[in-house]
Amino acid sequence: MLKVDNVTKIWGAGTADENTAVDALTLNLEEGDFITVVGGNGSGKSTTLNAIAGTFPVDAGKIWINGIDVTKHPSYKRAKLIGRVFQDPLMGSAASLEIQENLALASRRGKRRSLRWGINKKERERYRDLLSILGLGLEDRMSDKVGLLSGGQRQALTLVMATLKAPKLLLLDEHTAALDPKTAAKVLEITETIIKKNRFTTLMVTHNMKDAISLGNRLIMMSEGKIVYEAEGGAKQRLTPGEMVDRFAMG
Amino acid sequence: MLWSVMTIGVYMSYRVMNMPDLTAEGSIVLGAAVSAVIIAQGGNPFLATLAAIPAGMTAGLVTGVLHTKLKIPGLLSGILCMIALYSINIRVMLGAANVSLLRRRTVFTGLIETGLSRNMSTLILGAVCAALAVTVVYCFYGTEIGCAVRATGNNDEMAKAQGVNTDMAKVMSLVISNGLIALSGSLICQYLGFSDIQMGIGAIVIGLASLIIGEVLFAGRTFKRALIAMVFGSLVYRFVIAMVLEAGMPATDLKLFTAITVAIALSLPNLKKKLGKSKGKLVDWQGRK
Repeated sequence: MLKVDNVTKIWGAGTADENTAVDALTLNLEEGDFITVVGGNGSGKSTTLNAIAGTFPVDAGKIWINGIDVTKHPSYKRAKLIGRVFQDPLMGSAASLEIQENLALASRRGKRRSLRWGINKKERERYRDLLSILGLGLEDRMSDKVGLLSGGQRQALTLVMATLKAPKLLLLDEHTAALDPKTAAKVLEITETIIKKNRFTTLMVTHNMKDAISLGNRLIMMSEGKIVYEAEGGAKQRLTPGEMVDRFAMG
Repeated sequence: MLWSVMTIGVYMSYRVMNMPDLTAEGSIVLGAAVSAVIIAQGGNPFLATLAAIPAGMTAGLVTGVLHTKLKIPGLLSGILCMIALYSINIRVMLGAANVSLLRRRTVFTGLIETGLSRNMSTLILGAVCAALAVTVVYCFYGTEIGCAVRATGNNDEMAKAQGVNTDMAKVMSLVISNGLIALSGSLICQYLGFSDIQMGIGAIVIGLASLIIGEVLFAGRTFKRALIAMVFGSLVYRFVIAMVLEAGMPATDLKLFTAITVAIALSLPNLKKKLGKSKGKLVDWQGRK
């Protein structure tokens, strides 16, 4: 589903601050894979995710999604295939637009936008149903501006937006890191439900070892732009956070 | 009333796109110049007015391309386009710095001939144009494309993640915004009876002043209200200006007066925050404080 082939990203190439954020990284995701990515700050996790999403061009290597070479596609084109949730809860939704307008925008991801009215009655009902699953009461605030929501609510909404048009690939970049523990747990629970139900191919960056172990079917650890450790299936489930931290230290 | 069409254009770039667009200073003259020349040559005033719109749109397109494709900062793109338009506007006016419409038929002539006063016909026609502009802009922002444009102005990253071609959205805003501004220029020049190369100076500041007055006095929570507030903001601004002139301020001091007004209005929210005196939350329709 996703093929990252020898991708390299160097920041400030040719300057004194040259920094190889992602170093000849190769990664394959099969359909329905749910991979958690761990690694210290600056290990290249987020850069990898952003490279896949097309936030910047990569310096070397190729990226395929669903059999399409997207290496040269700008991010808005790749959005046809990718759903994203960012670390910053403010980043994934437009504050000045209503909740339903944000959803309507997301439901047209990858479609040619026309001069038809931006939202209709039928989809409103669909959004209401989708929001009620979250259990946050957002279904009764559909015409509220998103700016009025809390970080957790916005992140849950972004999650719904990212998965509204079934993406070929779901990218979650530490999407619970900026939330308080209780809200984070709630958002994570919603995440798991949505992914399990739809079997979305997912790449999730996290700093929480416990989450990284308990969620998904594969785990990779990154350091200095490379994958330094990988675990799958049963071997992954048997990992302990302590063990992970040790591996972390070994780098 | 005639200026309110411009205020709506300024609103599109400054508020919705978050980009103060100085092209306005040039495109308002461009609209005036195009219409004035056509009318002076004996052309139909209504066609002349309509012709101003695509002219302004082209100016917006140039700024948009400079900004998005050539990656020139928005403010500078607008300045470049404004300066270029100075020369172009003189060319449009066949090498002259102004074109007189004395004794020519303008869009207002028909109304005046029905026995209405000049001011009344201006008010009626201005109201019609303003209502049209509000409706068109409101409907545009309600469409799928319009929604994407609003999202782009509000959160570029999010818009891209939702598959919006944000460059396209920015160009589109600038095109429509400058089309409206040129239309406004065309109406103003027909009202004044001449088009002049100087008439655009400070247009953006006048637009901003009207915008802020509108927001402070009339804006509500909905988008429709915000647009209508632009029209009333323009009216109040004109009213204030008329009063100041009446009170004896020399007309040449007007620009200074407007600039100071805008500076105060723009810094008020920050000053309030600093002084910590703001009681309760003031949230405008965009959820900003």
